[in-house]
Amino acid sequence: MIDLLVIPLIKIVIVLTGVLITVMYLVLLERKVQAWVQVRLGPMRVGPHGVLQPIADVLKLFIKEDVTPVRADKFVFTLAPIIVLVPAIIAFAVIPFGSTVSIFGKPVPLYVADINVGLLYVVAVASIGVYGIILAGWSSNSKYPLLGGLRSSAQLISYELAVTLTFVSVILASGSLSMVDIVTAQRANGVWFAFVQPVSLFVYFVGGLAETNRAPFDLPEAEQELVAGFHTEYSGMRFALFFLAEYANMIVVSAVATTLFFGGWLAPFPTVPFLRVLGYVPGWMWFVVKTFLVLYVFLWIRATLPRYRYDQLMRLGWKILIPLAIANVIVTAVVKVALSY
Amino acid sequence: MEPDVARQMFDTDELVINMGPQHPATHGVLRVVLKLDGEKVVDADVVIGYLHRGVEKLSENRDFTQIVLLTDRLDYVASAAANLAYVETVEKLLSLEVPRRAKYLRTILAELQRLASHLVWLGSHAMDIGAVTVFLYCLRERELILDLFEEFCGARLTYNSMRIGGLPQDLPPGWDRKALQFCDIQIEKLAEYETLLTHNRIWLERTRNIGVISAADAVAVGLCGPPLRGSGVARDVRKDEPYAAYAEMEFDVPVGTRGDTYDRYLVRLEEMRQSVRIIRQAIGGLPEGPVMGKVPRLIKPPAGETYHANESPKGELGFFIASDGKSTSPYRLRVRPPSFCNLQALPRLVRGHLVADVIALIGTIDIVLGEVDR
Repeated sequence: MIDLLVIPLIKIVIVLTGVLITVMYLVLLERKVQAWVQVRLGPMRVGPHGVLQPIADVLKLFIKEDVTPVRADKFVFTLAPIIVLVPAIIAFAVIPFGSTVSIFGKPVPLYVADINVGLLYVVAVASIGVYGIILAGWSSNSKYPLLGGLRSSAQLISYELAVTLTFVSVILASGSLSMVDIVTAQRANGVWFAFVQPVSLFVYFVGGLAETNRAPFDLPEAEQELVAGFHTEYSGMRFALFFLAEYANMIVVSAVATTLFFGGWLAPFPTVPFLRVLGYVPGWMWFVVKTFLVLYVFLWIRATLPRYRYDQLMRLGWKILIPLAIANVIVTAVVKVALSY
Repeated sequence: MEPDVARQMFDTDELVINMGPQHPATHGVLRVVLKLDGEKVVDADVVIGYLHRGVEKLSENRDFTQIVLLTDRLDYVASAAANLAYVETVEKLLSLEVPRRAKYLRTILAELQRLASHLVWLGSHAMDIGAVTVFLYCLRERELILDLFEEFCGARLTYNSMRIGGLPQDLPPGWDRKALQFCDIQIEKLAEYETLLTHNRIWLERTRNIGVISAADAVAVGLCGPPLRGSGVARDVRKDEPYAAYAEMEFDVPVGTRGDTYDRYLVRLEEMRQSVRIIRQAIGGLPEGPVMGKVPRLIKPPAGETYHANESPKGELGFFIASDGKSTSPYRLRVRPPSFCNLQALPRLVRGHLVADVIALIGTIDIVLGEVDR
């Protein structure tokens, strides 16, 4: 009973709260990083150095009027943000935040579930979010959201292919679809897959930027062109759900990158003798640090690069990333077969 | 399948989109009615007039001296340029002699203004294409220019910085040194913007071969200023019909080769370098003397009319003034605003491009609606 129900429930609550709080503070971090790059200070008014800004933001979104356009399809209009948010959050179910720890003599693995098709689950769940975006764009019954929704559906589908192909090469390298096994395979190999699969990492990261609609691929919400893209007509809490989903997706992409390419919860430099002390830091801390480093690159890129145009983005996806990913899969497979002989 | 057959089989409709007047990227209250085929722009119709304040008509009821501050409100990111063009036109009408020091100072102010205007242009153009950081970097340097103007004439946006016959006052002490310091900073920071943009693949893809206009077409459509020079026509009023102290300055007129958005970007960046060069020369050779010439107490030009043009940051800014010889205000005042003339080219530039390019193209012709609508 305890093993089956209570512990998983507690874990789910912890992960959920953790994700939501991280999202809140990721927004602050983003604003701060952007500000520092742009010789500004960022939020400074709410709390010292703006640390309470996220709370103020959430409060504002709560008390805002939630407008539904008269000619919108009300049911779909309400459903769309939920469809976007839920997959972003349930993807965390298979992310291994750490290895098994013992609490009161009871071994507790630091992940909600370790299913043997973990990676497939991530891909599957991540694709559901697209529906929400298309539905949001369509149900608003307005031109800008419609264009924004169409753009993002095309974008997400094309980049998902490339991203999924990079997963294939990682699976070839690790020999497993389970997220936990992928991490342990990296420990057994003695080297993170970032160094074994640099091309995969590159394609995955670019694809990840595109899939989370981040700069330089933030076309669906190119405010200079399509006002606010698919969520132009949304306000209040329903808008907050989109916002939450975007950042939750960023965290998913970073967490998956950490798991697949940066050794998950493993401490760095296990072979360097005098750095072995790093191994005493709890694994989940390494996981958090690595995830935030990846997230930082997201923010850094946003502050640096201009935005791609729609057709250029498609060209990059189909003509560069996907062939690159396919070639990488083939090379990985050939090398793997050659090594096994 | 033939395109016509396809059109018959699948019922396609052009989507009409109103971009503006309340749109974050139309640089004010410009309205562009776009006809879209998918994301492709079939046609564009520019609707202006949302910021019309009747400056030309108002001028007919103002003294010649009062009109200077109306010119502030034309191109409000480059008001000193409009001040200069107007006062020089009136001086031409009155055949007034302006002291040499005033001419030099006007040149310095006009070039600082050009830098400020180009900084706003670069910042907003880059931001439209998604590079937000460049915008803040540009405004950081513009701030220094505004500080210089504030020290000179007390205002930061609408300067009212010129007078008929000269300048309202001489430079405050130490101003020239600060301006030179600013020049050094600006040159250094220009390199910084270029690091972010000039060789950036995304920037290149977004601006290369976008909105190409040939030299002949550019002349035919009436382009002026940097967009004209971007197409390879070396027309610069400062060189061709020198005013203020430009005849004594050494500077180059950069021209583009392809006439695309990237060339116009390069031309403006090079113009900023040339502006710094002019400011340094003018401060170096600044003559002593008064800054105000002999001006009659009541400005009442003889009957007649005149036209005089300046190279404002946006292009050729001209004033036409007709005087009936009896009144202290113009019988008719007409502004030839460069933004307005350049905006004419927009439908031609955007045809066949994508929606995202419309934004880049509105940015590249550098309009200010205050000047377009007057």
